[in-house]
Amino acid sequence: MTQMIHLNRRLLLGGLGAAGVGLAYAGRVAAQSASTRPKLVVVIARGAMDGLSVTVPYGDANYRALRGTLAIAAPGEANGAMALSEGFGLHPALTTLHQMYGEGQMRFAPAVAIPVRVRSHFDAQDVLENGGEGLRAQSDGWLNRALVSAGGQGTLKGLSIGAQTPLILRGRAETSSWAPGGQVKGEDRIASLLQDLYVEDPMLGTSLARGLETEALASAMSDGTPLRRADVAGLGQAVARLMTGEQGADVVALSVDGWDTHARQNAQMQTRLDGLDALIGGIRTGLGPQWSQTVLVVATEFGRTARTNGTQGTDHGTASSLLLAGGALKPGGPIGDWPTLADNRLFEDRDLAPTLDVRSVFKGVLRDHLGVDQAALDARVFPDSAAEAPALTGLV
Amino acid sequence: MRQSPSQNASLNAAIALTRFGLGAGPGEIEAVGNDARDWLAAQIRPDGAPSPQGDLPTTDERVQDWLAYQQTGQQRRQIRRQEGAGPQNALPPAARAQPMAEGAAMSGMAQQGQTPAQTAPLSDEAQAAFDARRESRRDLAQETAREFVARADLGATTPDGFAERWALFWANAFTVSAIKFQSGIFIGPYEREAIRPHVFGRFEDLVLATESHPAMLTYLDQAQSVGPNSVAGQRRNAGLNENLAREILELHTLGTDGGYTQADVTELARALTGWSIPTNRGAGGQGRGQRRRGRRGAALAEPASENGFVFRTIIHEPGTRTVLGKTYAEGGAEQGRAILRDLANAPQTGRRLSHNLARHFVADEPSPALVQKLEAAWTSSRGDLAQVARALIEAPDAWEPQATKIKTPYEFIVSTHRALGTRPQRPQPLQQALIQMGQPAFSAPSPEGWPDTAADWAGPDALVKRLNWAKTVGDRAAETDADAVAAAALGPRLGERSRLAIARAESRPEALTLFLMSPEFQRR
Repeated sequence: MTQMIHLNRRLLLGGLGAAGVGLAYAGRVAAQSASTRPKLVVVIARGAMDGLSVTVPYGDANYRALRGTLAIAAPGEANGAMALSEGFGLHPALTTLHQMYGEGQMRFAPAVAIPVRVRSHFDAQDVLENGGEGLRAQSDGWLNRALVSAGGQGTLKGLSIGAQTPLILRGRAETSSWAPGGQVKGEDRIASLLQDLYVEDPMLGTSLARGLETEALASAMSDGTPLRRADVAGLGQAVARLMTGEQGADVVALSVDGWDTHARQNAQMQTRLDGLDALIGGIRTGLGPQWSQTVLVVATEFGRTARTNGTQGTDHGTASSLLLAGGALKPGGPIGDWPTLADNRLFEDRDLAPTLDVRSVFKGVLRDHLGVDQAALDARVFPDSAAEAPALTGLV
Repeated sequence: MRQSPSQNASLNAAIALTRFGLGAGPGEIEAVGNDARDWLAAQIRPDGAPSPQGDLPTTDERVQDWLAYQQTGQQRRQIRRQEGAGPQNALPPAARAQPMAEGAAMSGMAQQGQTPAQTAPLSDEAQAAFDARRESRRDLAQETAREFVARADLGATTPDGFAERWALFWANAFTVSAIKFQSGIFIGPYEREAIRPHVFGRFEDLVLATESHPAMLTYLDQAQSVGPNSVAGQRRNAGLNENLAREILELHTLGTDGGYTQADVTELARALTGWSIPTNRGAGGQGRGQRRRGRRGAALAEPASENGFVFRTIIHEPGTRTVLGKTYAEGGAEQGRAILRDLANAPQTGRRLSHNLARHFVADEPSPALVQKLEAAWTSSRGDLAQVARALIEAPDAWEPQATKIKTPYEFIVSTHRALGTRPQRPQPLQQALIQMGQPAFSAPSPEGWPDTAADWAGPDALVKRLNWAKTVGDRAAETDADAVAAAALGPRLGERSRLAIARAESRPEALTLFLMSPEFQRR
């Protein structure tokens, strides 16, 4: 096919240099110094990332039959996956992540899902980000509530890259945002005049003030080279720079779009995963020694059908994989059980069945990495989740 | 303090122009006169909303452009095959791996596109084929860019701002995004031929026109969906793609809480198989279709196309379909149309879109009374959008002096042109500004369209980028009298605090920037 560059919708990874990447950060514990503070990056893969192509279950007897030409080959074969463990392999595009795996800095959960069974991108993303048990259960995001809950020790702040603050970071804790391309300096005269104009419009006032603050930080941290639009690794490094130093962010949420692979899936996955891998590599490079205090999570709203559809793609499904990376991780194998792709195990006879509530992973990371209180996690950050989604232990 | 009648009329005129329209230019508030409601109602015309001007292509012409582009790819593959290269090498590795930038369909003009950065040098013939394809792709992108500038120019100059905003609302409700290159090609004619003529007509006509247009059929993968039990489905490895069916139910009609199931999605997907677009087979090209026909010896006549729509019986899933408990007899394309009509006229659809209209024009969280008023008009008129538009105009909520909505970046830029009496000229600066502010041209991130609340558009970085842009406008318009511009654009909506700040600015560029960034101009 020469149409490999042919793109499906929601492929905002390309928005990288522009506004498509939303990054949100927050959290600084005053008592800790810059060099020891934990860092958390949450990457939301929007559009329903096909977990069966990311953490490839080549050891599952039904994988090849269900996937046909979309099946990623086993390790050792041409264009094969890179071996993980227990019959799983990583998509061949994810070389940086595989290297991290070899260093004990990458883990994966092969069959996670949000607590609600929906196949609408938009509803599912809402649930993934609001942390509630139902649609529109919360109007703010769990990462924001985690900041509020962790805020006892010091001032916590949030940031999003891109024009739109993602739901995951919306809420009571004030957050900022950043994207490449700014030129305004924080001490700008017009900016201070505008603050007078905005006294009766606190939404605009607060928002602009935070944006200018972050822009000033970004330009102070920058080496002066403008970021090219397709430079994914460069964007990762720019993101990382905003996380370093005394003013740096500690919790980052970053959106990568373009995973809705209804047709010609393999070419699209190659492109998207190349980008994701470069982005994560850039973040690691940019963080330098602080990578050792970092956990990075990649999660998506739901997976895709176990079977290939009629157009060399897959339709909306249920469980997908979740990736963890970072120097703060404890090494280990797959997180959660593998439901298998046997006929009688598929959810509604079409999708990979979930074995793990995605909130359990988030809670384990928030508690053991950021030190968010267990009771707050069960009651406020993820309301009423104690029984259904207990925090995982041993991730960090 | 009681306002004099003329002040009231003037405030209503300002609201009509800014909240219902795309902003006021010099003299417009006065021109609206004493009855702003009548001025708005006069824009509701049975033939729909005016279209952008300037020798723009029809859907059929764009389909021909697309087919010609596809042929360049086929020619290139052929040459590479003759030269012994595998098909996987037909595209240079660097181009294959390159992530496409947001809004790429628009920005293909200069830097975008496929750069021949391959390791092995191409033969002259292969290079020529590669160049032809790149040129064809660039031409397609340039035409899309011209289309977008024409639309922005209409926004900047139209006396019918309400009709324009109303059309833009429906274009967003039935989003097609140029993030998918092929679909971007069709967006211009899609808006002009499938959206605008129907925005003051019956909603079901709007649904039928949009869902059958090549823009939508390609954007949501319908054109390639094959019924497993159709003639074609039985003899080759192809099948259903339920993308469009799901989004019709979820985004275009009932909504996620509209009471449909996965089975309804699949049934609708089956009914819609066969809804497709023309191929080179019908255009007499040397396409894959022709080769296939040659190989298999079974000549398939290309069905007739109308406005870029082709119904292919050969891939249509035969049989009756059941959607939401109602059975639809086999009837070719008419089967899908019958289902779409029922979905369009379902009460859930009217309720959902009434809410979305109220949210778009009036408030992020509109009052239930307002939504009910629109819904009642929708129901009693069986989806006559002209009646719904009149209900909006008559709703008291819509005339509250307090402006709470934040303009989208596009509305911000277009209303700036109106205020200054300027017109967008070139695509590049327009697209650059929109990318920075988070709304690249014709490139909504998903079929859900652009978001529609203040929290979506007034984030910290977005405001920094608005300020950036406002400064460049201020710097370039150094001769402009910002006091006069502000008074003309906002009328009685301009508050004392902003008026004084603009008047006291230390330079004209600073004054204009303050006006553009004032809460009164940012909100509508």
